[in-house]
Amino acid sequence: MAIFLTKESRVLVQGMTGGEGMKHTRRMLAAGTNVVGGVNPRKAGQRVDFDDRAVPVFGTVADGIQATGADVTVVFVPPPFAGAAVVEAVDAGIALAVVITEGIPVHDSVAFTSYAKKKGTRIVGPNCPGLITPGQSNAGIIPADITRSGRVGLVSKSGTLTYQLMYELRDIGFSTCVGIGGDPVVGTTHIDCLAAFQDDPDTELIVLIGEIGGDAEERAAAYIREHVTKPVVGYIAGFTAPEGRTMGHAGAIVSGSAGTAQAKKAALEAVGVKVGNTPTETARLVLALLDTVRQAPHA
Amino acid sequence: MDLYEHEARGLFEERGIPVSRAEVTDSPQEARVMARRLGGSVVVKAQVKTGGRGKAGGVRLAADPAEAERTARRILGMDIKGHKVGKVMLAQPVDIESEFYVAYVLDRAAGSFLAIASAAGGMDIEEVAAVRPEAVARIPIDPAEGVTSAKAGEIAEAAGLPPGTVDVLVRLWEVLVGQDAVLVEVNPLVRTRQGHILALDGKVTLDDNARFRQPRRGTGSMACDDPLEAAAAAKGLNYVKLDGSVGIIGNGAGLVMSTLDVVAGCGARPANFLDIGGGASAQVMADGLTVILSDPAVKSVFVNVFGGITACDAVADGIVRALDEVRLTKPLVVRLDGNNAARGRALLDERAHPLVQQATTMDGAARRAAELANAG
Repeated sequence: MAIFLTKESRVLVQGMTGGEGMKHTRRMLAAGTNVVGGVNPRKAGQRVDFDDRAVPVFGTVADGIQATGADVTVVFVPPPFAGAAVVEAVDAGIALAVVITEGIPVHDSVAFTSYAKKKGTRIVGPNCPGLITPGQSNAGIIPADITRSGRVGLVSKSGTLTYQLMYELRDIGFSTCVGIGGDPVVGTTHIDCLAAFQDDPDTELIVLIGEIGGDAEERAAAYIREHVTKPVVGYIAGFTAPEGRTMGHAGAIVSGSAGTAQAKKAALEAVGVKVGNTPTETARLVLALLDTVRQAPHA
Repeated sequence: MDLYEHEARGLFEERGIPVSRAEVTDSPQEARVMARRLGGSVVVKAQVKTGGRGKAGGVRLAADPAEAERTARRILGMDIKGHKVGKVMLAQPVDIESEFYVAYVLDRAAGSFLAIASAAGGMDIEEVAAVRPEAVARIPIDPAEGVTSAKAGEIAEAAGLPPGTVDVLVRLWEVLVGQDAVLVEVNPLVRTRQGHILALDGKVTLDDNARFRQPRRGTGSMACDDPLEAAAAAKGLNYVKLDGSVGIIGNGAGLVMSTLDVVAGCGARPANFLDIGGGASAQVMADGLTVILSDPAVKSVFVNVFGGITACDAVADGIVRALDEVRLTKPLVVRLDGNNAARGRALLDERAHPLVQQATTMDGAARRAAELANAG
């Protein structure tokens, strides 16, 4: 099972023939991802060799879908053209578009995420590391060799914190890890992932990583109270961030009293989520909670 | 990026939103000349990117050009909530009948823009919303539709604004879209006793990601106030100056934010935020170390890298080569974990720099860096 991405997923890569696209397509293939094609209007009809596999290049996403039955696209297209690339994928009827590109103007993100919602395409990102279902498929740039398949689901705004937690819990393994991205507007939220993990029989426990800015974590807390029965462990970054300064991610900014790490931690704890003070402590909370769950009488 | 009031006013004026007559200067003598040009009596307004400048004495009425000069002299150089006043705007006084609030803001949760409007303008809108939420209208904008006259009419009606504001609402949306802004706010939007609608004060926040298609960007207000931030920006580093003594270098915004927190949890204060990203080349490492070591408050430096896509041996190689280029003056604590961590650690051990020490965990390294800073 896992969420959003499985070994059945047939993956296109928009921008595959660029530097980042080539590098990460190779890595995705090595991780077992079924990459069925690249998209580049100027290189349609060519094939690109990745070690033992020749991947065809299509002129459009629609052509790629028609020829291969692709249902996922990973977008490495540079910011000025990324918006149009996503809209093209949505128009072609793709089910999931994973937008890795960092630096897309917010007006473009607003336009394509709202358009995708109307058309029924799930967007992950932009400005995200993508998602991985270890042992099955990897759509994006998350290093696939950190950990293996397991029963913890992870959702995070941050790429490197995702890697850090995957590493801390490498012996436990993950069902799916989703990097939703650090921009102010993203297509898939913490809540979307919580809902999917709650319904996923392969996920036993959920790790939620947040950071300063906006109120996504507070909203996630409210959602957990109403809808999530699986144990959730949280971590929030940015307690020491000063007000009014953007901390790396475009969305990571405390505005006045809004968006603070304190408020997010308090909101999560108020609904029974255990929140770690450091990534390592967070991993320990996961281990302790898994022990409790697994020793429960019915197990 | 936030704009100064006078910059926001310029964008409004360009788009045909009525504004009061005004001029900007950094010189008291010039303020006198400008006041004369504007008719004698003027409002002198400090240009700072923070609210509450009225209460801080940064907005004053001057009755004549001589008083305008004296007032400008008093306001220029003033410190308002940590912002130094470099310029004042002189504006013609306006005979106000009523004050309104209008804004378009990014609604992160909805993933779209929201119109916020109120007939109770001139005050802090968050206070109005807290005390009288019914006085603040919030209307979501469909990004595919934008703000048409009909939509603007709907916003004005919901907020109880006069029909004369509809045109302003449409043009303000055009400013938002045309400038790639994530916030445009007019507070107050006023109706004068003569019946004119005027934007008296405004705030605009631009989207830094859109710089590539907004060629006019990147002038005066881009300059950093802090010299270390300016030096880092010149090297293309993602650096924010903080007020502590542990210099921080890490890869990835989330991990660096987390590193600051973990250091703070160990009883020291971080001196900066610096995300060197995935690549972490020797040059970036050297540039980062140079900026951090030039901060006199720094007593120790903590390099925290998780090798995901980048292998730790490449990062270690970057550190080793940076050590040849930069004279290390403070102890450096390095934590390498993840991809090829063992090889990376071995490379640093081989280099055996007396000021460089390694720790295998993030928490342990943070503790060590904090101890060194507190001892130094």
